[in-house]
Amino acid sequence: MSNTNQSSGTSSWLARVLDSDIFYSFVRSPVTVVSAILTLIFFLAALFAPLVAPHNPFDLASIDIMDASLPPAWEADGDPRFLLGTDDQGRDILSTIIFGARISLIVGFASVIFSLVMGVGLGLISGYVGGTLDAFIMRIADIQLSFPAILIALLIDGVARSVLPRELHDDVAIYVLVFAIGISGWVQYARTVRGSTLVEKDREYVQAARVIGIGPGIILLRHILPNVMGPVLVIATIHLAIAVITEATLSFLGVGVPPTTPSLGTLIRVGNDFLFSGEWWITIFPGIALVLLVLAINLLGDWLRDALNPKLR
Amino acid sequence: MEFLFGFSNFMLTFIAQRLLQSVIVMLTVALIAFSLFRYVGDPINNMVGQDTTIEERVELRERLGLNDPFVVQFGRFAINAVQGEFGFSYQHRRPVSELIAERLPATLELSLVSAILALVVGIPMGVYTAIRRDGLLSRGFMTLSLIGVSLPTFLIGILLILFFGVILRWLPTFGRGEVVQLGWWTTGFLTSSGLKSLIMPAITLALFQMTLIMRLVRAEMLEVLRTDFVKFGRARGLPDRFVYFKIALKNTLVPVITITGLQLGSIIAFAIITESVFQWPGMGLLFIQAIGEVDIPVMAAYLVMIAFFFVVINLIVDVLYFVVDPRLRVDSASG
Repeated sequence: MSNTNQSSGTSSWLARVLDSDIFYSFVRSPVTVVSAILTLIFFLAALFAPLVAPHNPFDLASIDIMDASLPPAWEADGDPRFLLGTDDQGRDILSTIIFGARISLIVGFASVIFSLVMGVGLGLISGYVGGTLDAFIMRIADIQLSFPAILIALLIDGVARSVLPRELHDDVAIYVLVFAIGISGWVQYARTVRGSTLVEKDREYVQAARVIGIGPGIILLRHILPNVMGPVLVIATIHLAIAVITEATLSFLGVGVPPTTPSLGTLIRVGNDFLFSGEWWITIFPGIALVLLVLAINLLGDWLRDALNPKLR
Repeated sequence: MEFLFGFSNFMLTFIAQRLLQSVIVMLTVALIAFSLFRYVGDPINNMVGQDTTIEERVELRERLGLNDPFVVQFGRFAINAVQGEFGFSYQHRRPVSELIAERLPATLELSLVSAILALVVGIPMGVYTAIRRDGLLSRGFMTLSLIGVSLPTFLIGILLILFFGVILRWLPTFGRGEVVQLGWWTTGFLTSSGLKSLIMPAITLALFQMTLIMRLVRAEMLEVLRTDFVKFGRARGLPDRFVYFKIALKNTLVPVITITGLQLGSIIAFAIITESVFQWPGMGLLFIQAIGEVDIPVMAAYLVMIAFFFVVINLIVDVLYFVVDPRLRVDSASG
């Protein structure tokens, strides 16, 4: 890798990105480019939902019950104001999807960050300290790994719900959900980071740091952590897709986010009741949105894994 | 002789270790279930009606032993749980053991059919994609499997309901259909409505495992096809069919069987979702409804049971690994 353009600040940074192997493999794979664009559209729409959505589905004043259950705009009875039709209360489906994706992604990102911090932290400590503590943490990880993550999330979420008083439910439901999904996903991070830490801790730069008297905390965070983060990024990307699916599943089962802040899963759950009366668009469009989002993130994750793996270059 | 003795000794230590671990897991889960039962709400309030006097409540509390020390109460809970006794459901006003015995056949029949379906379809697809790596059909299968992984289970169920239930009206969309009573077991295998009702839930539950098994078989086959004994088989002029199925496939089956064994637990877990979509009257639906109604005894029983399933399956698979794969024994025994 030669860096020909090192003239000045930002332009050399951009040039380095454009000149890199990773960018090359990115441009070479049309599927990846499409999924990146799709993911970006979802992220931006979710981020700027109040500006992007054609209607505000939570503004009671703008909802008209006369607009209820309209099919998509291209069908005979469709209304051009509502591209993907409306639900039983007259809310625009496209807008509820945009706001729903926002909730789904918030919960997804928060859960991933929770798992990442917990898993990377425990992995670093486990690998660096070793001994009984390492054996203990890894044994718990083994046990947790023998149960499916979605079951653990469901059990924690369900149990937490029955422990909390009813009137608190809706206020804390999202935090409970993030906690449940977060706890169910830390093992992958911990195992990977522990493995890399075991390798890194005997390297010369770590020994050198130790010799000049730097404390273990600083060594872990400033010296080892940056060198074990590569695989963590790949895990986090694929984990985001899993977290979004888990959130949707729990919300679909009725133990996820409260109905006042519907995620994609909640929308599918609510729409499911109208499937039999022929109003398929209420549940199918949020479903398609969910699949596209998850598929795009999964494809990006696959590409990232291959691109960062030097063996496959 | 000495080697044999050392080996069996090692094996025993290994099994004892795993057993101990399983017992610890079960005790932890039982402790959580018990704490739920004992400390979420007041068990007495959940059992009696509004018109029960305070004296009667105090008397009932004493009689049920709710004033005993924590350890005594937990011990009693654990002993009862081992015997399958989890008290009365708050919602249904019936013994939890009875409710579970009633729901168990539905879940087990659904899981069994799904597991068989996943194997019967997944293995041939895996073999095919490994043999014809660049074939059009193989690429199709691989793309399908990627979509299968990205489609959440509940969405597969909804799509099936939409096409085969609502649009085509071929299959029933909820429930188990008519069931036949065989002793305490109820089966849907013997009536046509029972079999029809089984089709969509079984496919929904099987799809994810199917893609998993297909990818696993493909990866294992590709590995085995590269080995010397397969090359020698070809060199001897054995027909392709013989090389692929008698030599290669046979050598891929050990990991496939172990993974499928481990996946049995997942199937039971994912059955919660499938049962919820199709209103299938199994244990998963019972559990989801129990969460909604804060029916703690049912939740506690389900927690303990599902943990027990997993612990037993994992234990069996761990031990089977040692029985099936001699390399593991030698490595661990010498190291």
